[in-house]
Amino acid sequence: MIKMRESVIMKIHYGTALGAVALVAIHILFRMTQNFTVSLQYENVIANYHLLPYSLMLEVVLILLSIHGFNGLRVILLELKQGIGYEKIVNWGCISAMAVLVAYGSRTILMAGMGIS
Amino acid sequence: MERQSNREGVKGMLNPTRYGIERVAYWLQRLTGLGLLFYLIGHVIETSAIVNGKVAWDNMLALTQTTEGHIILILVIGMSAYHTVNGIRVMLGHGGIGVGKPGMPDYPYKAASLNYKQRASIWISIALAIIAMLYGAGVLFGD
Amino acid sequence: MAAISPKMAEEVSQTAVPTPKSITLVISKFNPNHESSYKFVEFKVPVQKWTTVLDAILYVKQHLDTSIAVRYSCRQASCGSCGMKINGKPSLACYTKISELNSDIVTVEPMSNFPIIRDLAVDFTSLFSNHKKLKPYIIREDSEIVGDAKEFLQTPKDVEEYLQFSYCIKCGLCNSACPTMATDSSFLGPQALTQAYRYVADNRDKGKKERLKMVDESHGIWRCHFAGSCSKVCPKGVDPAMGIQLLRGYLLGFRK
Repeated sequence: MIKMRESVIMKIHYGTALGAVALVAIHILFRMTQNFTVSLQYENVIANYHLLPYSLMLEVVLILLSIHGFNGLRVILLELKQGIGYEKIVNWGCISAMAVLVAYGSRTILMAGMGIS
Repeated sequence: MERQSNREGVKGMLNPTRYGIERVAYWLQRLTGLGLLFYLIGHVIETSAIVNGKVAWDNMLALTQTTEGHIILILVIGMSAYHTVNGIRVMLGHGGIGVGKPGMPDYPYKAASLNYKQRASIWISIALAIIAMLYGAGVLFGD
Repeated sequence: MAAISPKMAEEVSQTAVPTPKSITLVISKFNPNHESSYKFVEFKVPVQKWTTVLDAILYVKQHLDTSIAVRYSCRQASCGSCGMKINGKPSLACYTKISELNSDIVTVEPMSNFPIIRDLAVDFTSLFSNHKKLKPYIIREDSEIVGDAKEFLQTPKDVEEYLQFSYCIKCGLCNSACPTMATDSSFLGPQALTQAYRYVADNRDKGKKERLKMVDESHGIWRCHFAGSCSKVCPKGVDPAMGIQLLRGYLLGFRK
């Protein structure tokens, strides 16, 4: 497997941060368009999921935040302890956890968007 | 014989008393980052209840729409605001923006990179986090 | 010998040394070859307004406990030998006056993040090896002085780009204060990274690409998070935090 240079990883880290900030702001605004409690009612949330651009945006937010969050965790863990075996576990562990979270979140977006429940 | 490494460890890394507000900003950034990652995981799990129908969603809401749930959400709002604003400061700094210019150091050797703009940005991050939390509290507990 | 007039003698007595006050100097003692943990030993030391922490340690060594291990040389913040933790903060013992500490108890410990040789003396092997790793010298093909070659001319502006970073005395205080160094044994450290910038910023140097590649690794420059503690403790105004961020600017494309 080709090893990514740390500068490339960190550029992705910064890029995902900036992208996530913009999109999370829209995500929060969707909760503020009406009374907060009302916006969380089942019918309103399902209506949000049925809106394709919003669902796509949620998917992008999920991917951006997962990459940024788990890379941040990877950085912290790499700085806490060193060793070839440990670092391999941390790198692969964070990539796997990120993939699982994206897959699980995508399942929700897809099923709710398609009305499968 | 291998000598003891004498590293300060996590305790030394987190000690906020010795190196000024910049060091506090550093560990707050880490702490809020970890907090937000845990929230993201929790949020993805809690919202997955939607696929199990209205009853499951309402049950999940009943669990989270409590005083404790609101307090957690207010903390998340504060963490997001701080992590975002301070993160932008750090990112710009990492690119060499706002860290001062190299020059002839003069006694008492105040570091140009630890300038008032950096310190002001840190305090602004903290202030915005507090304002965001107060606004969040107003929305959550005002309903 | 000339006789001193009564008037002169009076002047002398007026400028006489005031009675020294006494402070408690607490020294961390530890010999890793024979002991399993360190212990703090207290000494009463007379101090004047101008007494430095190094003076106090040397007083103890001379009068109270000759076994104390301490590394020092120039006594004027030029050699970088006497770095240690003074009341918990990395500082040069020769550059810290006891009167500045505003405390009657002064605790000295070996610098953190360096292996202890004995008592206050720490091992600089990793600091020097990381420093050497980043090639702290001008890299260019025509650097050898041959024939009628002349020195490379630089404008004052060119010099200003790297001058402050060349004041590093390799005392290790920055590495001792760095939060990443506190847990990451593979990290290059602020001292080495700043020296990499010192040469990258020097317009006589042609080794930028090579050095940037060396710092762009998993325990390289990206493990610096701009906490600024290195710059806070630097006794020479080198400002490692600035050097590291400017160096990273090249990797992020902000600088050419």
